[in-house]
Amino acid sequence: MPVEIDIDHVAKLARVELTDDEKARMRDQLEVILEHAAKVGEVAADDVPPTASPIPQMNVFREDSPEPSLTHDAALANAPASADERFLVPKIAETGS
Amino acid sequence: MTELCDRTGSQLSEGLRDGEITAVALAESAIARREALDGQVSAFLTPTPEVALERAAAFDTYLATGAPQTGVAGIPLALKDVLTTKGIRTTCGSKILETYVPPYDATAWTRLSGAGSVLVGKTNCDEFAMGSSNENSAFGPVHNPWDLATVPGGSSGGSAAAVASGMAVWALGTDTGGSVRQPASLSGVVGLKPTYGRISRYGLIAFASSLDTVGTFTRSVRDAATLLSVMAGKDHRDATSLDADVPDYAVGIDAGVAGLRVGVLAEAFGEGVDRDVAASVRAGVDRLAALGAEVGKASLPHAEYALSAYYLIAPSEASSNLARYDGVRYGLRVEGDDSIEMMFRTRGAGFGPEVKRRIMLGTYALSAGYYEAYYGQAQKVRTLILQDYAAAFERFDVLVSPTSPTTAFPIGAKADDPMAMYLNDIFTIPANLGGVPAISVPCGLDGNGLPIGLQLTAEALDEATLFRAAAALESDLALELRPPLLSAA
Repeated sequence: MPVEIDIDHVAKLARVELTDDEKARMRDQLEVILEHAAKVGEVAADDVPPTASPIPQMNVFREDSPEPSLTHDAALANAPASADERFLVPKIAETGS
Repeated sequence: MTELCDRTGSQLSEGLRDGEITAVALAESAIARREALDGQVSAFLTPTPEVALERAAAFDTYLATGAPQTGVAGIPLALKDVLTTKGIRTTCGSKILETYVPPYDATAWTRLSGAGSVLVGKTNCDEFAMGSSNENSAFGPVHNPWDLATVPGGSSGGSAAAVASGMAVWALGTDTGGSVRQPASLSGVVGLKPTYGRISRYGLIAFASSLDTVGTFTRSVRDAATLLSVMAGKDHRDATSLDADVPDYAVGIDAGVAGLRVGVLAEAFGEGVDRDVAASVRAGVDRLAALGAEVGKASLPHAEYALSAYYLIAPSEASSNLARYDGVRYGLRVEGDDSIEMMFRTRGAGFGPEVKRRIMLGTYALSAGYYEAYYGQAQKVRTLILQDYAAAFERFDVLVSPTSPTTAFPIGAKADDPMAMYLNDIFTIPANLGGVPAISVPCGLDGNGLPIGLQLTAEALDEATLFRAAAALESDLALELRPPLLSAA
């Protein structure tokens, strides 16, 4: 069964900028891959439970005791931009005027 | 001419103990090999010769006091560049992390380092471990030491090539769908993927969290057992790490295979498998039978759906995990008028084609209206594969198949056909979906002189049986595996 993908919509959800060439190539490739992947629909019946992890572990807790963690300087060392011990980003909210 | 760096870890550890060699001479040997050959191989992204020599010298001083010695102490190790190393650049083979210097060590490395391991560098890999040929590295492909025109396999191709060529005695990789076993097979070394959760994933930069496993490249089965014994065990920094006892895996490794129940996966010798590969793996099975194993025919009936399930589950998890590369806290940033535009541009410029493809694939598979048909169904297939393994391991102790359907292929041969590339992992993917341990052990060369790997798979947490079977085969075959590149050097 051929698969049709709205590449612009998926790229928007994924927050990835793509050139027109990339979009065209990806549309063709993803459709081929998804056609193959759709085989999963052939076997698994409704009564088969899903598996998220091969060796599931429940309720993994440890003592809630403080441990040493990164210093501010270490945490910010790789930031493209920082100021006043914070990550610096372009504005994300309008300021009232 | 063989040199120190061409020996196995266990041979070298004895040499260090007996005072025949020093760790500094050994580190120098591996460093010299890299300097001589890595211009042609490109196994390393960030060599660390100063770190290696300093640690080797410290170990020599320590050993001179008569203090106890671990099996990994003083031995040159390389790490795939998806494992974090404090203060040493870790790129994941991606432009988006080209200048990233982690503030913490991966647990696997912390444990080896604590046991005296000598780091010789960080190795090249497919970007974010996505690939089967190492051609997806943003920093250029790795060349197979057995034939420089061919790929070493992937995604841990740099680690495989480094061990095959003596630039490291052993190395760590990561295996999400075969990324240790397949390059080990194509490069003529031993590749181990332990049970999911056996080694902590803390500091393994995430690709697909329910499948990612730290694994090893070594020149002997015994060496793989030695490394696993040091790294395995619970880590409170990884909630999925298993709280099971960690034996000394090297003990009992030579016990042989008499009475061992070996199941041959019949479906793994069909169409698409090179004739030489099938013949060599069958010959390996015959040797196991000659050594006393009880060989029978096994089947994983749903294995034919594993590839489809994998290429939904892994990209889905990847699309979520890689959301963290947003240009804010680390890595590349390409400025935009607002935060959202900055993210689009940063990710558009920072990720390569395969990573973008998988992020898109995963995003689509998880999106409204498609989730049940793709991701939901894939998770059900995963259940069927677990059931297949459970049934197979009622009858058999280990399962045998080729590791990869082919030997090393030319660089560029499959670069434009993702589906053909994905088929490389058809025999390795089921073990990741099932969480079970598997090992690739060299079993011969094809007509072109390229290595072939035989894969053994065992029940969860039964690495000991895997090592015992692999060691018996290795010892019986006694292959002389030396890439032609080394003879020319």
